[in-house]
Amino acid sequence: MSTKPKHPELSERFNADEPRVDWHDATLWWIRQKRDIAAHTLYEDWESLRDTASAIKDNVLGNLADYLESFERQATANGAIVHWAADAAEHNQIVLSLLQQAGTKRMVKSKSMLTEECHLNEYLAKNGIEVVDTDLGERIVQLADEPPSHIVMPCIHWKKEEIGELFHQHLGTPKGNADPQLLTEAARQHLRDKFLSRRVALTGVNFAVAETGEFVVCTNEGNADMGVHLADVHIACMGIEKIIPRREHLGVFLRLLARSATGQPITTYSSHFKSPRKGAQLHIVLVDNGRSQQLGREAFRNSLKCIRCGACMNTCPVYRRSGGHSYHNAVAGPIGAILAPNLDMTKNADLPFASTLCGSCSNVCPVKINIHEQLYEWRQELTRQGKVDFGKKMGLKMMSSVLSSPMVYRSMGKMGRWAMRVIPGMVSNSFNPWFKQREMPAAPKESFRDWYLKNRS
Amino acid sequence: MSVRDQILAKVRANQPTDERPLPDLTSFPVRTTEVLDQFMTVLSTIGGKPVRVADYASIEAYLQENPYPGRIISSIPALQHLAEPIPENADPHELENVELAIITGTFGVAENSAIWVTEANYQQRVVPFICQHLAIVLPADALVANMHQAYERLQRQEYGFGVFIAGPSKTADIEQSLVLGAHGARTMTVFLLG
Repeated sequence: MSTKPKHPELSERFNADEPRVDWHDATLWWIRQKRDIAAHTLYEDWESLRDTASAIKDNVLGNLADYLESFERQATANGAIVHWAADAAEHNQIVLSLLQQAGTKRMVKSKSMLTEECHLNEYLAKNGIEVVDTDLGERIVQLADEPPSHIVMPCIHWKKEEIGELFHQHLGTPKGNADPQLLTEAARQHLRDKFLSRRVALTGVNFAVAETGEFVVCTNEGNADMGVHLADVHIACMGIEKIIPRREHLGVFLRLLARSATGQPITTYSSHFKSPRKGAQLHIVLVDNGRSQQLGREAFRNSLKCIRCGACMNTCPVYRRSGGHSYHNAVAGPIGAILAPNLDMTKNADLPFASTLCGSCSNVCPVKINIHEQLYEWRQELTRQGKVDFGKKMGLKMMSSVLSSPMVYRSMGKMGRWAMRVIPGMVSNSFNPWFKQREMPAAPKESFRDWYLKNRS
Repeated sequence: MSVRDQILAKVRANQPTDERPLPDLTSFPVRTTEVLDQFMTVLSTIGGKPVRVADYASIEAYLQENPYPGRIISSIPALQHLAEPIPENADPHELENVELAIITGTFGVAENSAIWVTEANYQQRVVPFICQHLAIVLPADALVANMHQAYERLQRQEYGFGVFIAGPSKTADIEQSLVLGAHGARTMTVFLLG
């Protein structure tokens, strides 16, 4: 067992500041509401768009090898150079060697959760490469030496006053100024200088089209394009599951992506890269890193349909109140909790338990991944594999014996109600995890069953 | 076996084998006939500025009333007397000080006010991103209703780089406060021509 802190402990730290938790919760819920409004503008098409997107991804998962070959063939014909990486280490080495080939030690990078997953920045830093993240939110967490806490809004857990202080220290903005307009302008000036002076730019990939060999990158800020069109070398890194069969399928996914993510009708820029700019190089790195393995797990393969919109996080009652960092994984929230155990069952055994299984994630997912069912499946799988700690296992065993015998259930219920009334300290204490950050409810005198037996006539 | 072949072999061994046909995309009908109205409304909502103009002379008149002090570039021959042409083979870094870029759009999409432009429209890929302000001239009848129609139009189009642009560059990364002008153009004016 790893000694690194787990989700319960990390959430407890996040929950130490109650007003902040309320603020975080409300902010994320507001984004969920914006998503609802955007979905409603397409109410006649929305559900069939989700079905269609899910069916396209079903087809992709069943034909992934052929689509990958087709993508490689087309991309190569378009003038791109395609690389393959089995895992994070190979991916990082490929990027480093491309930087060395280009003879530079500096690079700009737009958002790519894959490079977070591979811990590329740390690896490059160790090899003397300076990486500047150019998405505003990512730049903020990078300056603060933190990982992103959300896949779409990396610094959603930061307050503007704290960003003001961070920018005062790093970018020389006036002390005490927390005006988002002023701070964004300072970042614009600071990063414009980086865009103009870096010769290698790395981007992620939202969708890669097997039929044409092109790929699409979506941003609101324009940072991917500013980096790439001013650089000599464009490196695009993508997980192998990002493939879609045909260009026309982009119509389906681009209608869903931004509406699900932020409630916008589309991102400001949806850039289609097919061939390199004249005189420039285009490298595409196809990364497996556990994806082919997940493809073989029948219960979990649908997690590979994910288009990284973050809607499941914004709606999740656990994510909203525990924060992205409590998931100790590049991708947080419900989708992260079903992707992470595939990468490391021991390290991430806690994550599928960080859920109420309420199903809200599955209801908002634009590609209809059965996220909450997979969370439940992972709990069983992890228990079978012996990855669940002893206390939790014993607790669940006890609960199962209580819940499977009506007589034991009734007498335990009676004892519990009595204890909560007479000696509340027995449950309202720090040993009871349900008491943390909560008031225990007042115990009723009788159970519903007792009441019903008395009153049914 | 190469890494590539190993990955492909593993994918092939693990991918499901049941029949999974691609869905039909024709089931998304056009929901609006008022494409111009919808386009203009959505564009305003996302921070862009729609301007209806009868001809290029009206664009010129508009720019005289709303001047952009500084370097103006354009790929449109009819506007060459108020803008310098976009230098085709120049180093893209030389465009760093462009205040306003005026380019043509191929078509627009009513549901999200995105405009399709390719490098054929403006020679240098960086143009619509590096300029402080962006103006796109779009024939008012070059509009489709939704993204499905958009990709029908793009079905057989050849491009090295193409982009849907919807409004000015923006961010809400600081406490969800919307700020226009993150790294790309601070404003986006769309001249709907004719």
